Amino acid sequence: MPTHPIQGTTDVGVAGVEQNVERSLAAEVDGYRKGATLGLIVNPYAGMGGSVGLKGTDGPHILAEAKRRGARPLSGVRAVRALTRLTASRTRFSIVTGAGDLGEESALAAGLDPVVVPRAEQGARGEADTRAAAKAMVSSVDLLLFAGGDGTARDILSVVGDRVPVLGIPAGVKMHSAVFGTTPESAGDLAALFLDGSTAAQLRDAEVMDLDEAAVRADRLSARLYGFARSPYERHLAQNAKAGARVSADAELEAACRGVAARMREGVLYIVGPGTTMRNVMDALGAPSTLLGVDAVLDGALVGADLDERTLLRLMQGRETRIVVGVLGGQGYLFGRGNQQISAEVIKRVGREGIVTIAPVDKLIALEDARLRVDTGDAEVDAMLSGYLRVHTGSDHDVLVRVLS
Amino acid sequence: MSTELRGYHAPVWNEPVILEMGYPGRRGLAVPEAEAEVRAEVGDVADLIPAALRRQDRPALPEVSEPEVLYHYLRLSQQTLGMMGISLFGTCTMKYNPQVNEAIAWRPEVTEAHPHQDDDTLQGTLELVHRFDTILRELSGMDQFVFQAGGGADAAYTSCAVTRAYHASRGELEQRDEIITTIQTHPSNAATAAAAGFKVITLMLDEDGYPSLDALKAAVSDRTAALMVNNPDDMGVYNPEMREWVRVVHDAGGLCFYDSANFNGMMGKIRAREIGFDACMFMLHKTFGAPKSGVGGPAVGAYGCSAELAPFVPTPVVAHDGERYYLDHDRPKSCGKIREFWGNVPVVLKAYAWIRAMGAEGVAEASDISVLANNYMEQGLLAIRGVTRSHADATSPRLEMTRYSLARMKEETGVGVHDVQNRMTDFGVDAMWTSHEPWLVPEPFTPEAGEMYGKEALDTWIAVLARISEEAYSDPEIVKTAPHNQAVHRVDHEAMEDPERWAMTWRAHRRKRRTDGAEG
Repeated sequence: MPTHPIQGTTDVGVAGVEQNVERSLAAEVDGYRKGATLGLIVNPYAGMGGSVGLKGTDGPHILAEAKRRGARPLSGVRAVRALTRLTASRTRFSIVTGAGDLGEESALAAGLDPVVVPRAEQGARGEADTRAAAKAMVSSVDLLLFAGGDGTARDILSVVGDRVPVLGIPAGVKMHSAVFGTTPESAGDLAALFLDGSTAAQLRDAEVMDLDEAAVRADRLSARLYGFARSPYERHLAQNAKAGARVSADAELEAACRGVAARMREGVLYIVGPGTTMRNVMDALGAPSTLLGVDAVLDGALVGADLDERTLLRLMQGRETRIVVGVLGGQGYLFGRGNQQISAEVIKRVGREGIVTIAPVDKLIALEDARLRVDTGDAEVDAMLSGYLRVHTGSDHDVLVRVLS
Repeated sequence: MSTELRGYHAPVWNEPVILEMGYPGRRGLAVPEAEAEVRAEVGDVADLIPAALRRQDRPALPEVSEPEVLYHYLRLSQQTLGMMGISLFGTCTMKYNPQVNEAIAWRPEVTEAHPHQDDDTLQGTLELVHRFDTILRELSGMDQFVFQAGGGADAAYTSCAVTRAYHASRGELEQRDEIITTIQTHPSNAATAAAAGFKVITLMLDEDGYPSLDALKAAVSDRTAALMVNNPDDMGVYNPEMREWVRVVHDAGGLCFYDSANFNGMMGKIRAREIGFDACMFMLHKTFGAPKSGVGGPAVGAYGCSAELAPFVPTPVVAHDGERYYLDHDRPKSCGKIREFWGNVPVVLKAYAWIRAMGAEGVAEASDISVLANNYMEQGLLAIRGVTRSHADATSPRLEMTRYSLARMKEETGVGVHDVQNRMTDFGVDAMWTSHEPWLVPEPFTPEAGEMYGKEALDTWIAVLARISEEAYSDPEIVKTAPHNQAVHRVDHEAMEDPERWAMTWRAHRRKRRTDGAEG
């Protein structure tokens, strides 16, 4: 007969808190677990351009200009805010950071004792620093937390790929990528959950996107999809019998993608946008796909990979065409960010009725005001796209979402 | 807040599960050996069971005495809050179930009746069901109610089955394959629509806290089979444009189903049929004072519909021919059966007793009180640090409940809604309801005061939340490690996500834990 752990005394009240905490099985297990290792990289210049109206801080000239205009570093303070949440939690972890203002100072300010990786070669600043720090810690950390913006996310992704989960403390001017917590505090809470090994912290493929800052400063927006980082998010566990179990979000999305693939008609050209959701569609067809590019499918087979606007228009000639897209990035763009190959002209020729959209319902809910956005560069096309649009969220399940231009 | 919080601590018994208890050979009841004469006449009692049906091994049952069984379950019951205190569990409309109604339901006329009895021997029961049908018609404006559905989701499914039968009778079922619902309508509407073979179109919320009419217009088409909607919705938001919604759906050829699960602020005020709805559903185990009995029943989702849809409802229907009551099975257009027989009669009986005690004026007054109580709660709750209201700027009215958010508290202290739920039980108050999936509002909670609790109980509930908020901002660890005064510490919910850890049977549990002597 199995023995039972003694559940502790009944002599509690607020004074008995510690005693009761001790009797928690989960806490005991945690106590024996080896603490995880957190990597921290601060981009000390992130966000400085924004505070002085420069729409980003990429590149030494812009940084110098930002400093000249009186911009002050913000990201180190934001990193401290996130770390403070980690230290306040019961999470056991050790921390590896970049040197000085690349993370060390923030860790010390939060009362932590960091292992510091060496700085890039003398004189190198900015991107090179971020990359060097990422490279130095990639094989030794369980989670890479960074304070920065889209540019920092891009630099880190280019080094770590999908080798280590990445989470952003929002500190940049541009944050189209889907790797950021909503605030430094929420990033800290999420990091704590993840380092604890909680199943509430799940990993997903999150878009890393970045605007071309030069174009933005010229009042032209041009965002590119650079890749996908493994990034944690908090899943709400059903903690109540009334809520019941829910089909996993992945399964629902996969069913939606299979449905779209199954309904594809012969003789119709399907332009398939970038992203992991679209890869699901291509997988359902058994066709290869370009994760970051635009592909075309005809009669169930790939007829063009990583296509540009011109090739798309040529393929479309004389053929009924549909566009299949997902929602890219944390800001809910359907067109105009990361899939500019599907240009205003392409969209105009296909028409609104020919657009097939697939997205997980959780992603739609997480969007600001639950709205999708378009920015094709053509006001007429944007106007055509705006209004209510059906988004496939599961097998035989659509959600009607409003599109704003 | 001057309300003083009462001290509380749950008993801790460290009680094993029943299958771990007992001693070899111990019995609750010692059955005497049969006398020799009896044995000679009847033979071995075991021979009464055909050889093929006899088990080879003894069942692995706990060997315990009768008092040990009683003590065991008494202790288990002592270790729960038992839903016997202040339970403002939103979307559930928690009500006290009067003992006199329980006593009536336990009378032998009820407990010993069988649904296969001849109608002539069930006249009293049938009369009661029929009378209650007419009461619900009065409350809803519908023309026929049936009680077969064993709960709210069953009733939603009934609506889908009736919708299917209706469109099939018109030759339009192939074409009308879509059901429209909203993201804050109870998810069983979308689920039952899908189960019935329909494609589900969900409308998101707009600025006023409910979907815009334009969204509905964009969703309807000649494929629309029906609209299924709560009003007020799962957040207590009342959509005042519902008459127009019904018109839009009817113009497209669809039916309109009013899931009146959240009826408590509208009893005697609004009749679904008068807004134009073709069908509706009431939860007798919520609004009408019958016990909730736990998820899965026994409960009743009373489904009501217009005369046009009445031919399609499940059979049998309790009817009256002017002289006698009878079960009408002869309904050729019926959608068939949703569940066995014609309903959980004891639940219908309790609901009938409840509404007869309340009267028409009583239920209308109860509506007023529940809305007033909700408004009173809002004043108290919004004064608490870290608490915000969903759709704070929306002017749409809230009726019997309101969805709040602890997102600000989570942001500022790291204390989230599950922590607060756990801490509430330390004060002897049932954990509050959060929200159905998906969570539109972060860290949600949804109290529903109802008409039954006194102002003192509401004050206590508010004071508990205020106290926990103070703790969250001064010493968050107290809340994050709660409960401290409960029979068990934090339940590890993550285990439910891991098939290697949860088990549906004792045998599976032993196998997964690899306990000594475990069998496959």
